[in-house]
Amino acid sequence: MMKKTVSYFFATLVSCVLAVSAHAQLVVEIVDGNQDPTPIAVVPFDWSGSGVLPEDVSSIISADLRRSGLFAPVPRDDMLSFPKTPEQVSFRDWRMLGTEYVVTGRMQPQAGGYLLSFDLVNIFGQSKMFTKQVTGGAQQLRDIAHRAADEIFEAITGIRGAFGTQMVYVQETQRGGQPSYALMLSDIDGARSRQIRRFSAPVMSPSWSPNGQEVAYVSFETGRPAIFRENLRTGARQQLTNFKGLNSSPTWSPDGSKLAMVLSKDGNPEIYVLDLASGRFTRMTRHFSIDTEPNWMPDGKSLVFTSDRGGKPQIYQLTLATGQVDRLTFDGDYNARPRVSPDGKTLVMVHRSRGVFTIATMDIVSGRMRVLTETRLDESPSIAPNGAMLMYATKRGSKGILAAVSLDAGVKYSLPSQQGNVREPAWSPYFD
Amino acid sequence: MFKSVKTGLGLACVLAVMAGCSSTDTDDSANQMVEQTPPPVVDETPVTETVVPLDNVVYFDFDQSLLKPSTRELLIKHADRMRASTSGTVRLEGHADELGTREYNLALGERRANAVRDFLVLQGVNAANLEVISYGEERPAQEGSSESARAMNRRVVIN
Repeated sequence: MMKKTVSYFFATLVSCVLAVSAHAQLVVEIVDGNQDPTPIAVVPFDWSGSGVLPEDVSSIISADLRRSGLFAPVPRDDMLSFPKTPEQVSFRDWRMLGTEYVVTGRMQPQAGGYLLSFDLVNIFGQSKMFTKQVTGGAQQLRDIAHRAADEIFEAITGIRGAFGTQMVYVQETQRGGQPSYALMLSDIDGARSRQIRRFSAPVMSPSWSPNGQEVAYVSFETGRPAIFRENLRTGARQQLTNFKGLNSSPTWSPDGSKLAMVLSKDGNPEIYVLDLASGRFTRMTRHFSIDTEPNWMPDGKSLVFTSDRGGKPQIYQLTLATGQVDRLTFDGDYNARPRVSPDGKTLVMVHRSRGVFTIATMDIVSGRMRVLTETRLDESPSIAPNGAMLMYATKRGSKGILAAVSLDAGVKYSLPSQQGNVREPAWSPYFD
Repeated sequence: MFKSVKTGLGLACVLAVMAGCSSTDTDDSANQMVEQTPPPVVDETPVTETVVPLDNVVYFDFDQSLLKPSTRELLIKHADRMRASTSGTVRLEGHADELGTREYNLALGERRANAVRDFLVLQGVNAANLEVISYGEERPAQEGSSESARAMNRRVVIN
């Protein structure tokens, strides 16, 4: 437990280095939840320090659990009592409310931050499932809440929580009549958004390094598209490519040692792999069509990518050792920008059916396709590290917004921006 | 389509004014420009030669990079000027509409700009003087999701 706490503390230092804006720029709106979400009560936590805490930790946990779509948190006004410990929980009262789980907790100050002790109680089983502790610095109350939500979520569903993850996205605003572009970083719930870097030319295709410390992206700041890598902790930045033509679609290999990308220096777009240590580029495709949007399979042995070699954009798999290319998608006349689930079993993609661009999943073995979204102009899907949900970009009116959907399509929420157009969300990996 | 060509002509004129070119020509598009913008500062330098600014934007169909017949006519005029000109590199900026994925559209924009480049080279323009840049859907000429806005965005700009 101690080791876990320490490493978590370290990872979240990323957020402290960057300037934090006080308000959330993205606000969660729940669109659709599961048919039968589990009722859970996260009772307001006891606070043994002085004054009022700057964040309402139990509310943040409730919001996390609600956003997962699997839980229906009991509103505070409906609670008959505010127990501080499992011993104070009245099973009979909560059972009458239909509550299946109760979370109690105690916040206390400690040197440089806070300690949260929290308990998960199973009402129908009439038993305490666990008591756990999370610590964090003075600016880490939200991190403490997300970590507690992760523990509660995993204990009940068996799925690792991803509430403490972050996302990078592109924001476009108008400044003095000119478009201004920013690479933004926020918590996955849209809170604590902050600018990584601002650009006067377009920026696109952000991709996380697997250790969560860096992003690669394409910037037009030199007058041409070029691929950069940037360390989120130190702000150190390196331009990786400056070839004639396209320098596009960087994605990090699962072991972090390579970047797949698209270069058209040979005349048309081809997939390349850059070995980051040696700086060596290896050409992976040879075809006169468009080959683009490479993404790694979790084992690092093959890439999935988009190609119109069959006449229309479809998704193909390239085995790196042999160079063999196999077509994966056959339904619909436009399937593009594949991403692979962490277990390597499911593809998510942009899929056009009846003229509408939606997000779809496909079981790689059976080839069965399923459309997840009903909006139009949906693009840039990015899967959570636990494989439960994905974030994507869509339009509301003429405004670019972010939205999320579970991979079983049961849960949906949107994250409209209060400022400008937002797009190209990239869901972070776990930070530990 | 007619509308978009007209708008393109207007744009070309505005760009010409911005670039400091002086034109004494009296065709329709020049009149239109005078009506819409405040009178430019009078340039006292005697003008020895007048050049009618050519429309510098060509348009494409959805998911297509084939040049339309009307486009070819315009590009032949451009090629004539480029062959005669000694003034450096011309940028061919390829663009796509908002439909489809951003990275694929970046490739599509390049394919369109390449189609223009290849045609110009066939007309005798030196390939070394042509630079292709694709912006995909990142720099729309017109915001919005209407078909007319999309048609304006599927373009190559000759700069």
